[in-house]
Amino acid sequence: MAGRSLTISPRMGVSAAALVVALILGALIAVMSRAEVGGGFVASDWAALRFTVWQAFLSALFSVLLAIPVARALARRRFFGRGALVTLLGAPFILPVIVAVLGLLTVFGRSGWLNIVLEAVGLPTVSIYGLHGVVLAHVFFNLPLATRLILQGWQAVPAERFRLVAQIRMTPWAVFRAVEWPMLRQIVPGAAALVFVICLTSFAVALTLGGGPRATTLELAIFQAFRFDFDLGRAALLSLVQLVVAGGAAIAALWLIPAVSTGGGQDRPHMRWDGKGLWQRGLDALIILLAAIFLLLPLCALVLRGVIGIGQMPASVWSAAAASLSVAVISVVTMLVLALPMAGWVASKRAGGVEAIGLLGISASPLMIGTGWFIVINPVMNPADLALPVTALVNALMALPFCLRILVPRIRETVQDYGRLSQSLRIEGWPLWRWVILPRCTPQLGFATGLTAALSAGDLGVIALFANEQRTTLPLQMYRLMGAYRMEAAAGAALLLLIMALGLFWVCDALGRRYATA
Amino acid sequence: MKALTLAATTMIAATAAAADTPELVVYTYDSFVSDWGPGPQIEKAFEETCGCDLKFVGNGDGAALLARLKLEGERSDADLVLGLDTGLIAAAKETGLFADTKISADYALPIEWTDATFAPYDWGYFAFVHNKDMTAPANFKALGESDAKIVIQDPRSSTPGLGLLMWVKDAYGDEAPAVWEALADNVVTVTKGWSEAYGLFLEGEADMVLSYTTSPAYHIIAEEDETKAAAVFDEGHYMQIEVVGRLAGSDQPELAEKFMQFMVSDAAQSILPTTNWMYPAVMPSGGLPAAFEALVKPENARLIDADKAPAIRDEALAEWLGALSQ
Repeated sequence: MAGRSLTISPRMGVSAAALVVALILGALIAVMSRAEVGGGFVASDWAALRFTVWQAFLSALFSVLLAIPVARALARRRFFGRGALVTLLGAPFILPVIVAVLGLLTVFGRSGWLNIVLEAVGLPTVSIYGLHGVVLAHVFFNLPLATRLILQGWQAVPAERFRLVAQIRMTPWAVFRAVEWPMLRQIVPGAAALVFVICLTSFAVALTLGGGPRATTLELAIFQAFRFDFDLGRAALLSLVQLVVAGGAAIAALWLIPAVSTGGGQDRPHMRWDGKGLWQRGLDALIILLAAIFLLLPLCALVLRGVIGIGQMPASVWSAAAASLSVAVISVVTMLVLALPMAGWVASKRAGGVEAIGLLGISASPLMIGTGWFIVINPVMNPADLALPVTALVNALMALPFCLRILVPRIRETVQDYGRLSQSLRIEGWPLWRWVILPRCTPQLGFATGLTAALSAGDLGVIALFANEQRTTLPLQMYRLMGAYRMEAAAGAALLLLIMALGLFWVCDALGRRYATA
Repeated sequence: MKALTLAATTMIAATAAAADTPELVVYTYDSFVSDWGPGPQIEKAFEETCGCDLKFVGNGDGAALLARLKLEGERSDADLVLGLDTGLIAAAKETGLFADTKISADYALPIEWTDATFAPYDWGYFAFVHNKDMTAPANFKALGESDAKIVIQDPRSSTPGLGLLMWVKDAYGDEAPAVWEALADNVVTVTKGWSEAYGLFLEGEADMVLSYTTSPAYHIIAEEDETKAAAVFDEGHYMQIEVVGRLAGSDQPELAEKFMQFMVSDAAQSILPTTNWMYPAVMPSGGLPAAFEALVKPENARLIDADKAPAIRDEALAEWLGALSQ
């Protein structure tokens, strides 16, 4: 215990965490400072709260339950195109909501592919609208994330363990109980909490697929308070409720995580000797196939549509793409500055209540953060001049919890395994990061950077509040095309966005793996 | 080094030139400033005459414009706001940020325009757009009884959604909740804004979508697609009148007034129909494009007075939420 907490100085981590809290609470206080009309929590807000929590709970449950077999199958199998598949499976998560929803509708919609097939074979058609549609879309978005997180957990299990269990001829079930279950207990609650919190702030998905005002979420109530009533007091109150619910959920889930060490290994590439039976191979193949169909068909729909529209895209789409790219780069740098010290700090502690601070970033309403900072900046300078940095900063905040989830387990392991040695060699501060920690987590760094870059490129949150025509990002440009009836050109822009987000993710992820010290 | 000096001199010269040209900042909604919207053409035409630099700043939709203005208060850089509608006028005036205008024109609106602060620049009727191969219902009651599927916008996040609410309220008064209850099973879903709703309709997710009577004109003119039509309802159609107003805090009051006059002039009005896909507020000398003449024309134009709109809006929203939440 003492040896671990000494190696990484908490100072930088505490500063970064304090900055995150200040950015979010500062926005909240700024909004409150301008509040004139104080609105209370009314009956419809309770209904919104209930719906918000219930759909987020279901979404988290199904996303994680389904992710476990998919991650297990992917962890056990080596096949051609596996890397590409894992990258592609990540695509839904980084797509702007409306793009993904249109893709989903092409497959599951009223006149979608599924219903065409059902009708052809004489079965009743299905409707995607309602609570089940919201959950379906959230699983589509978050299953890949949960799968990736759990897959990282599997990859963090030292290869020697699988050699050992194979040598003593343990059955797959015994392997699961002895090796995989302890790892899952460590990873799954955090992954579930993450998905839960992401879905808590659902806005466009719940609105579009919810089917009507029944599916009102807190985020919509916040949006209404800001934009429809301009009741900043109510907006602040609702934002606070969202922060408390999401933050509370995060802390509760983090407390449940037992501090299990996965022990020291030698980082050899994984070889698996278990699960070689025909039945198991068939099952794994089926699971991977089903997941791929579910996640890739809507993407195929987007590609098919986008290819037709790409020729009709005006030149301004390309400059918007360039703006999105610069947002992505600034976001990545900001994220690294925030996430690395925080991850180091969290990892040096036994279990991370502090990690919940990271989750504040996604529990806070982007509209609240944007409006709050608008209020703060406005007296000093024109907020539009800061559109890109603020967008990048908020995007970094949004990506922070994912990055912590990805980085913390690996850094914790490194600290546990090499902490004493480093300490006895008096390696601390920057050299500790440079020579011990960073080289051991390049794959995780690549994944985290890729995710941040892709998420930022597709973001439509804050930029809309601050933007002017010189600072149009690609998602905003896509919306403008739709607003001008240019649906085909918008589909082209959506495809470009898909390619860009995936490309950014793939490049970062691949670089991380390439320089992994395996 | 020489290149650097040259660059510096050029920059100083450019800055000096920019300082001589007054800048006029207009806040507007997103689709106005897009490449296909009226923005670029209006900017070009106005700059030819004004000796100024016209700058459009796009910002969400009408409601977002007002929210941004309230946020910025008197510090706003904007000289004018273009794109509020009659439903937002009362709230806009309440901010005390707007100045009265003297401009007038021979408006081609179905109603008489008397507002002293805002000038209308275009307008349209809300309507349900559908494919011509379906027989459209003739009013809200028939729609409620039919099994036609519609997609509408959330009144809490979009101006067309709010327009529909006012339409039903204006046509049916106290009966409006019952009308909405009958419509509940026709509503496939409610979207955040117009773009999503229209997208869903084109995807085949619904038989009809709340849009404008002028929407089919886009399909006819830009896509040579004549399969879309707007349904005429015998209760009459609610109107959206889009307005422009200048801010009292503007440092270019005369130029701002000149811009408002330009917006109702022939030069601007002839640009609007085929870029904003709405009716012009003043009939351009060249008339309307042929496709517009072929559009359905509602006989009864409905509009709730701007000063009564906020109270009715709150009541109608509560009724709408009540009827559709069951």
